[in-house]
Amino acid sequence: MDGSRREFLKLAGLTAIGATGASSVRASGGASSATGGHAEASSDGVRLAMVVDLRKFSRDGSLAERCIEACHRAHNVPDFGDDPKNEVKWIWTEDFETAFHSQEFHFIREDLKGKPTLLLCNHCDNPPCTRVCPTQATWKRDADGIVMMDWHRCIGCRYCVVACPYGSRSFNWKNPRLGLEDIDINFPTRMRGVVEKCTFCEERLARGQQPACVEVCSNDEIVFGDLNDPGSKVRQLLAERMAIRRKSGLGTQPEVYYVIDDPRTLQEFAPAAVVDGAEGGDHA
Amino acid sequence: MLEKALSGNRTYWTWIFFLLAIIGAGAACWFWQLNVGLTITGLSRDVVWGFYIAQFTFLVGVAASAVMVVLPYYLHNYKAFGKMTILGEFLAIAAVIMCMTFIFVDMGRPDRILNVFLHPTPHSMMFWDTIALGGYLVLNILISRVTLSSERRGIAPPKWIRPIIILSIPWAVSIHTVTAFLYAGLAARPFWLTAILAPRFLASAFAAGPALLILLALIVRRISSFDPGREAINKLAEIVTYAMILNVFFVAMELFTALYSDIPEHVHHFQFLFTGLEGNSTLAPWMWLSVLLAVVSLVILINPATRRSETTLILGCIAVFFSLWIDKGLGMVIAGFVPNPLGQVVEYAPTLPELTISLAIYAGGVLIVTGLYKIALEVRGQMKA
Ligand code: SF4
Ligand code: SF4
Ligand code: SF4
Repeated sequence: MDGSRREFLKLAGLTAIGATGASSVRASGGASSATGGHAEASSDGVRLAMVVDLRKFSRDGSLAERCIEACHRAHNVPDFGDDPKNEVKWIWTEDFETAFHSQEFHFIREDLKGKPTLLLCNHCDNPPCTRVCPTQATWKRDADGIVMMDWHRCIGCRYCVVACPYGSRSFNWKNPRLGLEDIDINFPTRMRGVVEKCTFCEERLARGQQPACVEVCSNDEIVFGDLNDPGSKVRQLLAERMAIRRKSGLGTQPEVYYVIDDPRTLQEFAPAAVVDGAEGGDHA
Repeated sequence: MLEKALSGNRTYWTWIFFLLAIIGAGAACWFWQLNVGLTITGLSRDVVWGFYIAQFTFLVGVAASAVMVVLPYYLHNYKAFGKMTILGEFLAIAAVIMCMTFIFVDMGRPDRILNVFLHPTPHSMMFWDTIALGGYLVLNILISRVTLSSERRGIAPPKWIRPIIILSIPWAVSIHTVTAFLYAGLAARPFWLTAILAPRFLASAFAAGPALLILLALIVRRISSFDPGREAINKLAEIVTYAMILNVFFVAMELFTALYSDIPEHVHHFQFLFTGLEGNSTLAPWMWLSVLLAVVSLVILINPATRRSETTLILGCIAVFFSLWIDKGLGMVIAGFVPNPLGQVVEYAPTLPELTISLAIYAGGVLIVTGLYKIALEVRGQMKA
């Protein structure tokens, strides 16, 4: 825990520098986005990424909901109830097969089948959404790779929504305040007519905090960190575990990874205590 | 010259007020939309572009099609189009203005439209489309003004306008190419991710636009002493025929690639369009109507006898126009969003206010065409009393 705390503060510090604009990090890390490469191409910058450990999510059925709740509460994301037409969401779940629908999983392990999988903006290294924006109201921050949004510049053309291959972006069809019961004054509410999405909690990073959805996860179910730091937890997990990304074939270089190893490979799992209902070795 | 649009007989003014009434209804809906947001449309998180953007796309084609009269006349000195060029250019002006209005009403924050110019972004196709359309509007206003005022004074147009007219030819092609690039470069949307999109846009534009121009010219001939001439109409009809054949050919290319390769992400969109997907077949009847109209139009147009007979030609042009309107003004944009990037089938249908606003923009275009055509006819002294 201590180690990760230290790693994290370092990262937050770098991000804060990035937020102020001019920095050596920005200058040296700039080469990465053009080539579409990530870790290797900009080894001296920070490249924030998230690893969602689906093995661990199988232990706590309500954790995903709590992550969503934490994010949406912290960011004043409106809730319009059962109104899919006006829906706004930064992080949500789809079942595993839908989340990875282009991969066509068949006869998969019981613990993955239909599993609610958290989806959010991937903060792609080569983001099509920022490429199409006619006003640079959404752009990729060089210092740490966060795909940012300027709600005061966005003209609401929704081209970025059209260009995102992951459905990560929402448009405010109506005044979002109508869907908010209590407003967190620490975060701006948006106005009608602009696009919004997950920002990797850049405001919390600047304050030295973990992203809200990561903070809810007490057991590293979601790990957040710098891909360019070989000692970081995200790098460790990616080196040791089997992780996949959504639609990686499109070349967008999504930076949200999903660990899909068998949960029984987790050391703290006693073989009998696998996912409820998985009843032993019936996986394909 | 503009004052010539402001005098006219009773029928003229009844027509004008009829159009203004539609525009008024649309304006009221638009103010409502300004106040509560685009939530009054049928658009949603999954289908973020719909009827407005589809009309924009279709009308860019109509605008570009002016080149089909300008090119033969100025580049090949094809005299029969002499009287038609101004009609084509005026139609282009009206179409571009409608395009811009459709974009404007589609914006979430129209109050920030200047951001496009304050933060010019060359890596966005929308930036280039803005330049292409704006430039095309300026070109056509300039060209039509200069040539018409020379005509009024009975002199030849000044020499300097010729290079500008020549420039307007590739420019017309560019507006529809860039509009296709808005769609065709998106990894997220397999339906549009096809190299044939821009050629297909151009082919359908060069069929639908001149078909409309034939219809307009025949209407104008009825209500004034203007006569486009048999030869001009016949030549335009031939252009419509070739363009329509090319368009159908391109569609077949697209269908072959998608269906033979059998890649689900490509096939699903066509299934949604023509047979319905997971029980959602809202567009299927429309698409089959489009196919039927295309077949009817080709039968009429390819056969020289029916192409030259005015009554059947009118039917053929109407069939071409509506077939392509359904294809581009309904199917092309909406099918790109269904299924969505997660493979889910979602619903979209335009709402009444959305349709009213769209109708009003069309009425605005018709108003502009009416006014401009009237000016042209007055200048030539061809207006009936
Ligand atoms: S997930 Fe979508 S919105 Fe997020 S960076 Fe990638 S393309 Fe952009
Ligand atoms: S909706 Fe806003 S952020 Fe998205 S492309 Fe348009 S201006 Fe850019
Ligand atoms: S990183 Fe922050 S903004 Fe993004 S989903 Fe998690 S809590 Fe929400």
